[in-house]
Amino acid sequence: MEMTMAEKILAKSSGKKEINAGEIVMANIDVAMTHDLTGPLSIESFEKIGVDKVWDPEKIVVLFDHQVPADSLEAAGNHIFMRKFVKEQKITNFYDVREGVCHQVLPEKGHVVPGEVIVGSDSHTCTHGALGAFSTGIGSTDMAMVFATGKLWFKVPETIKFHIEGTLEDHVYAKDVVLNIIGKIGADGATYKACEFSGEITHKMSVSERMVLCNMAIEMGGKTGLVEPDNKTISYLKNRTHKKYEIMKTDEDAKSLETMHVDVNNLEPQIACPHKVDNVKPISQVEGTPIDQVFLGSCTNGRFEDLKIAAEIIKDQQISNKVRMLVIPASREVYTKAMDEGLLRIFIDSGALICNPCCGPCLGGHVGLIGPGEVSLSTSNRNFLGRQGSTEGEVYLSSAAVAAVSAIYGEITDPRNK
Amino acid sequence: MDKKIKGKSWKFGDDIDTDIILPGRYLVITDEDELAKHAMEGLDKKFPEKVEKGDIIIAGKNFGCGSSREHAPIALKGLGISVVVAESFARIFYRNAINVGLPLLESKNISKNITEGDELEIDINKGILKNLNSGKEFEVTGLPDFMLEILEKGGLINYLKENLADIKN
Ligand code: SF4
Repeated sequence: MEMTMAEKILAKSSGKKEINAGEIVMANIDVAMTHDLTGPLSIESFEKIGVDKVWDPEKIVVLFDHQVPADSLEAAGNHIFMRKFVKEQKITNFYDVREGVCHQVLPEKGHVVPGEVIVGSDSHTCTHGALGAFSTGIGSTDMAMVFATGKLWFKVPETIKFHIEGTLEDHVYAKDVVLNIIGKIGADGATYKACEFSGEITHKMSVSERMVLCNMAIEMGGKTGLVEPDNKTISYLKNRTHKKYEIMKTDEDAKSLETMHVDVNNLEPQIACPHKVDNVKPISQVEGTPIDQVFLGSCTNGRFEDLKIAAEIIKDQQISNKVRMLVIPASREVYTKAMDEGLLRIFIDSGALICNPCCGPCLGGHVGLIGPGEVSLSTSNRNFLGRQGSTEGEVYLSSAAVAAVSAIYGEITDPRNK
Repeated sequence: MDKKIKGKSWKFGDDIDTDIILPGRYLVITDEDELAKHAMEGLDKKFPEKVEKGDIIIAGKNFGCGSSREHAPIALKGLGISVVVAESFARIFYRNAINVGLPLLESKNISKNITEGDELEIDINKGILKNLNSGKEFEVTGLPDFMLEILEKGGLINYLKENLADIKN
């Protein structure tokens, strides 16, 4: 039977030969990740089930990234509570405050491989599909069920394949492509579906850029993002994982497959305007909008490649006096590489602030919040009302290149014109 | 869970995201009553004071989009919201709400047909929502049996307690 990549992975994990979209399956989970924000609720729920031990302490990853180091007594309390759980349950994969954002750390540490089912109590868990895994965000009670049983039910999704065609101009990136798609199909345009990204451009993209595409799948309602594994996937995994893996690919004539062609020729840098991710405009329509803060970071665009693009633009220049710029490497690995290659020096010399690897202002709970009337330009993935602090503030989303050049001019600026 | 629900309606638009339902800075809280105090704070700080137990939320499409925070449906449940009826729901919110025991129903074009404050009566088994102010009736899509069972048990945790052995095998 012809199947999609998503169907093949779910079939394998639920012990079936064939499955159809719409069917409900009970899948065996390969990796379950929880973090400091949704973890406490997951643990409390798990404890209510009345099972003493988690199903497999080696398949659970616990990580602190949203409020690190602890920014309040409540956060410190949550950390203590979770450390205790990790110890009691003998969970082997525990990353305390020092590693960085979950969706960057999991692939870096080799927890993500093609063909597996990964769940995380965080909506952007869909990022890991960039390596060909079926990876999706779940809530705390679902996570409690996984902790107790190692299983979770799924409705097998249909797949929408975004076939990306054309050539990207200079200063136009994966972020612009995915924002463009979201603007076209809307914040609920792919609800319940697996979003597969394909086409020559996708395979030319680095794993880092593929993560940008898959990360944003949830912003169109998708259940997971996916990219068919290729040689780049294999070389990324080399030296990172000991796990054996199986590469699965979508059959072209799979029944539940719908293809959308995306032409990126002449695509301008794209900006998601307040307060919805699908309120996407080409940069020419919003150029000149004054900004107060620039946030370069997050699980969307806080990787080394993003920092490098930004540093090349900022080198030997000063951040505008009107702007605060926060640079937050997504992980310790990104941080040290940026340090070794001199990027951090460039940022500091330009007047930017560098924080420890964490989510930062992305979700408006930790450092760098914006106040009433302030405008943030952010490389993250959500611009909901109040997302980065005040409900009277505004958030625009862009690529790392737009963020960097805009920081210099104090207003939204097109990198192609500078 | 009551199969017949009666309550006053509160109306919201399209794409009501989880940052509106429960802003990120309150995620350090896990207590239902405490979370309830911040429900819908992203749009209306006074919402928790105005709502009465049993009230119904009516919304447009893609209700609950955004984060996987279960704090969002818990806050609404803690406030005493009996059911959310929307034109469509975001996927993770949908699962989470059922798992914590907050019923959700879908109904096409419902937004246009309800004025905030209208008294509503919903019969979940029959799949009918009646606007007691206008007298008009609307179809609501029922929940799959599997989910009704979870709701009837009061959420996934209770369901699991009873079915753990079956699921593990
Ligand atoms: S960086 Fe932002 S979107 Fe990513 S996990 Fe952290 S809070 Fe969530």
